[in-house]
Formats: sequence, C-alpha cells, structure tokens
Amino acid sequence: MSVNESVPLEQAELLRFITAGSVDDGKSTLIGRLLHDSKSIFEDQLSAITNTTQKRGMTGVDLSLLTDGLQAEREQGITIDVAYRYFATPKRKFIIADTPGHEQYTRNMVTGASTANLAVILIDARKGVLTQSRRHAYLASLVGIPHIVVAVNKMDLVDYSQTVFDDIHKEFSAFANDLGLKNVEYIPMSALNGDMVVERGDNLPWYKGVTLMSLLEGVVIDHDINLDDFRFPVQWVCRPMTQELHDFRGYMGRIESGSIQVGDAVTLLPSGLTSRVKEVLVYEGPIEQASAPQSVTLTIEDHLDISRGDLLVKAEEAPRVTKEFDAMLCWLSEQPLDPQRKYLIKHTTRVVKAIVSSIDYRIDVNTLEQETVDTLKMNDIARVNFKVQQPLICDDYVRNHATGSFILIDESSNNTVAAGMISALKEK
Amino acid sequence: MSDHPFTHLDVLESEAIHIMREVAAECANPALLFSGGKDSIVMLRLAEKAFRPGRFPFPLVHIDTEHNFPEVIEFRDRRAKELGERLIVCSMEDSIKKGRVVLRSADQSRNPFQSITLLDAIADHKFDACIGGARRDEEKARAKERIFSFRDEFGQWDPKNQRPELWDIYNTRTHPGENIRVFPISNWTELDVWEYIGREQLEVPHIYFAHRREVIRRNAGLLPVCHLVQPKDGEKVEEVMVRFRTVGDMSCTCPVESDAADIAAIVAETAMTRITERGATRMDDQTSDASMELRKKEGYF
Repeated sequence: MSVNESVPLEQAELLRFITAGSVDDGKSTLIGRLLHDSKSIFEDQLSAITNTTQKRGMTGVDLSLLTDGLQAEREQGITIDVAYRYFATPKRKFIIADTPGHEQYTRNMVTGASTANLAVILIDARKGVLTQSRRHAYLASLVGIPHIVVAVNKMDLVDYSQTVFDDIHKEFSAFANDLGLKNVEYIPMSALNGDMVVERGDNLPWYKGVTLMSLLEGVVIDHDINLDDFRFPVQWVCRPMTQELHDFRGYMGRIESGSIQVGDAVTLLPSGLTSRVKEVLVYEGPIEQASAPQSVTLTIEDHLDISRGDLLVKAEEAPRVTKEFDAMLCWLSEQPLDPQRKYLIKHTTRVVKAIVSSIDYRIDVNTLEQETVDTLKMNDIARVNFKVQQPLICDDYVRNHATGSFILIDESSNNTVAAGMISALKEK
Repeated sequence: MSDHPFTHLDVLESEAIHIMREVAAECANPALLFSGGKDSIVMLRLAEKAFRPGRFPFPLVHIDTEHNFPEVIEFRDRRAKELGERLIVCSMEDSIKKGRVVLRSADQSRNPFQSITLLDAIADHKFDACIGGARRDEEKARAKERIFSFRDEFGQWDPKNQRPELWDIYNTRTHPGENIRVFPISNWTELDVWEYIGREQLEVPHIYFAHRREVIRRNAGLLPVCHLVQPKDGEKVEEVMVRFRTVGDMSCTCPVESDAADIAAIVAETAMTRITERGATRMDDQTSDASMELRKKEGYF
C-alpha cells in the first residue's frame, strides 16, 4: 500500500461522497467503521451508542447506531432522506451524504448524489449483483457522479473467496459499461471486521488494490468540474453609491465552471451584448484571474444593463438560449405531476414559469425499460419535454452540471417537487 | 485555470458566500443572527466577503438572554460598530415583561426561552429569513437539517416535511408569516471554524483562550462561578486554567480545561479532542438524547 503524505490541515481538499445500499448491505456498519477506524467518533458519542446498545439488550458497540435516526423518525416510523456526516484524515476532509436505503430510495439517492464527487455502491457478497445494485448504478450514471467504488461487503460470510469477488466484479463491469460509467473501482471488504475499510486486515491477501480509505484519500477530484466553459450566473448587483464608489457596479456571483481573466471578452446572455472584464475582485482586493468554484465580483468595461438571472460567458463558448428543451426529471413530491399546471423552474439564478408539454417515457429503474405514462409519481424518472415562458441559458447536464440542472417548484405550495437534468436541446 | 487545487476552506467559503447572496437576492427581509460567538464571527467575515464594497443587505440581530458573558457583549457591540452595520438587540427581558417568557427561578438557564424571543423578533420585524451560524456536525438533529430550513408560521421545524435540496439550487419561497432559517456554514466542522479564524486572523472574545477562572464541578462538567452560578452545599470553588469552546448562557455553558492560549493551539487541541463541542460544553443538551431536536421543533435555531 502506498503511504499517503499528510498535508497541513488547512490545505486539505474536500471530498463529498454518498453511500448507496440497503439496510442489509451493512451500509451503517461501513459508515460506522470509517468513522471509528479514522478516529472520528467522539467519546461522548461512543458512550451514547454503547448505552443504547446495552439498552437494546445487546453487548459491545453497535457501530450502525451512529447513523441512527431522530426521535421523530422512530416515533413515526419514517426516515429522513439524507443526513450529513463529517470526518477528516491527515490527507482530506470528507462529507458523507448518508441516505437511507429502503423507502423512496430513488428520491433520496438523487438528492444525496447531486453534490457528490464519488459514490460507494455496496454489494452483499452472498447475494451478488441484485436488481437494486443495477438501480444504484443507473442513478449514479443519471446524476453523473464522477467516481464509483463498488464495495463488495460481507466477504467474511463467503470465506473471503476471490472467486466470489471476481464474479461480482465481472458482472457489474458489464453493466457499468452499458451505462457508460467510467472510473469504477472494486474493493472486497468486511465492514464488520474492518478488513479493507481503513486497515487492510489479514483476511484478503489475494487482493492487491488499496483500502477504501486510501482510495477516498487519493482519488483526483479537481477535474470533476468543467474547466473549459466560463459560466458566471449573476447573483447580486453591488451598487454601493457612496461618495468614493459612486459609479461602481460590481456583478457578484460564483464561477460555476471555467475561468476568467482581466481583459477577457465576455458575452451577456440572454441579451447577447458583449464587453470586456475590467476587474476581478475578491474581498482582499483585485486579482488577475479566477476559476470555478470561486465566488467573485466582476466589473466590466461598458455600461450594460445587467441584473440577477443574467449569465456572463466567454464569447467563444456560448451555451444555448432556449424556451424549449428535454430533461430527465426525477419526481420528488407525494403530489403527482399535473400536466395541466404551470410550475416554476429555478435554473442557475433564474426563475421562470414552465409547463410539461409531453412525457416521452418513464424509465423503470430496475429494468431500464421505457414505459409510456401520462403523469409522474414520487420516485419516477422520466424524459420530459418542457416549454418555458422566459428562455433558459443552459448546457447539456452531461457537459455542465451547474447550467444543466434545475429544480421544479409548485407555485401554490412552494414545495420543491422535482429535479431536472437537461438533455438534448431542441432547435427553436 | 488555477494550478493548485482549492482547499476545503476555499470551497466551504465560496459555498457560504453563494448561499448568503442567494438569501439577499431572493428574500424580502432577511436578518443575520449575531451573538459574538465564534461561529457568528465567521459569519460576519463571510458577509463581508459576500457584499463588500457594498453594505450588508440585512441587519445584524442578537437574541440577548441577558445571561451572556459581559466580554462577549462588549465584543458584539464593538464589532458591529467597526463594520458600520446595523445591530438590533432583541432582549429576553422584553419577552419576560410581556409575559411571553415565564421563568421558574431568576437564575435558571434562559437558553430554552431564546426561541420565544427569536420568534417575537421575527414577528415584530417581519423577517422572512434568518441567517445563522449553526453547523451540521454539532448535533444529530442538525445533521438532518437543510441549509435552507423552512419553518411554519409557528416557527416550527418539521423534520419529516423538509424540502428536498439538490445541487446548490435553493428554494427560498415562503408564504406570508412563514420563515426560513439559513445556515451557510452547515458543512463546516468546529475545526474548520477555528482554521478559518486563524487563516483570516479574526478577533474573537478572549474567553475562547485559556485563562484562570473560578469554577465548580457539577454533573461531570465545569461551571464558571458568576452571579448566576454559585456553589451549592458540598461544592467547592477551584481556580483552573480553562477556555470556552462555545459561548452562550452563563448558567449552562461549561468551559473545558485547557492551556491553549492562541489560535494555533486551539486548532491543535480541536484536532485532537475526543469529545463533541456540545457534549463538553452545554448542559442543556445533555438532558435527553433528543434535546436539540425537541428545541428545534419549538422554534429554536
């Protein structure tokens, strides 16, 4: 195993990952093991779960209790869709989006996956690649998680057999190829005994790869965002109107992708007007260039009418400006889609009225078969055609997550009812 | 394109600035809760980064239990003045006078009643969004809370009825009378906060640094001796080197034994600590396994 150099804490990178698996796959035990063996569990947490373990008539420490729910969840027999957990090693800081495995799995996994750099897909070595493993892989590909780790767990229950692992590896690879999943790694492990999670253990000598923790610490993530296309949605226009800054107009926002330099030619969308970047400002002062994911303030040479919802791009890398588009939609609400109604789309910093003009098909997430439907219910994933009242300035989600994603809001309840990923854009 | 990868602090900072600007742009009447504690000191720096050279598009609001450490109150007032930003102090004394808060005894912890004063302030000033410095690593109820946490017209948090939060597209819409609590540093840990304070060279009240203080030992914690906390029979007053990990109501905020006298030493100690921030320092969270959850449902931050 390679020894990872530790870095000064304040220079550590941040990795966000999700664990996909059902209760029986040992997901809670795996998370507990990662936290425990990386010494991220505090004494008071450990004593609390030790007490609970004893109260439930068991001995030892049940690490899965670390991810146990709230009183509201226990009382009402429900599970809140996603909990966030934090730990650090000398190499990196980690955020785990922990989503419960059973009910409403599609909705939960899509929510947790939307911000993840990496997904750990758990497979029970005894059961092999199941329908649900295929579903997890499909959802990971749909949301475009850049890195996948297939954790073949419970190897202790199959005598740490290499053949079992190899068969699962082979079967999953074929499926992952069909989905176009890249960067897939396979690790045999026993979360219960701690083999190949943080420590190698002595039970898997035939496995020459790294432990899960080494992989999490070492995976290269700084190319996960689009570094080519400059996209700057204007969030806020700063006009101090003080004596010394009387004519100052700063356009504030976060660079969602690409980079920008003083002097670069920029195009304002949707108007199509052009100018040049005069200054790139941060709190500490002017800087020469900035790149995603920095939050900055830009000033430009010409006096253009720029407001929130506009997008600044570099002239040669234009996105599409369109009032009609296709998207993969994941329905999140208990209230089904009403195709007669208008909804609101929030896309970058724009909010526009939208209608679903047609549903091409719904995907059966277990078989990947396409089905004809006339409405969408919670956990449905479908390819849908939208019409919007004001144009969206967007990219294909596969090319750019920030300008390819949106949420759908029910105007009367104000609830977020669906998540969308823009696919092929239609010519207007 | 930058050659060096951004550090976790760069990424967390940019995320928090983005969140604050979304609130400013989409909410009609937001407020930034500021207590003078370390998390809200970080929030002020993030607000400066989000909005300078402009003014903050919201006032600073402090829910004052009047059981706060005097050093912290002095710091709060001075910091607001230095920034040139508006500070609104909402006093629990007013809620007590109005009969909205009824205390069993004069020296009991006032933390449970903060929610009432906060809800009064929200109603009086018609705030539709309150930005606060809570973090998900603090407590398990917070771990399941959204960055934009929606509250009904009674200020209540309904854990099972939260809006899905995908990517970083935030739904900020409310009906009149409803309210959103926004937590831009949700994804920060206690260690991140101290590293950031070190990196940005932020001033913090000196009670965060090790100092000699008279304390008594009660319920496996240390309590600072003050007009609210006096030794009971059988308890003895000791002078110990301590620092505070959190600052809140004097009657229930416990210091920890420490000789960390500067930020670097606090960062080192935080990286090594084996007890959670709230477990070590808040007697009110030790009452039951679900204390925080229950308080949040009543409108607590």
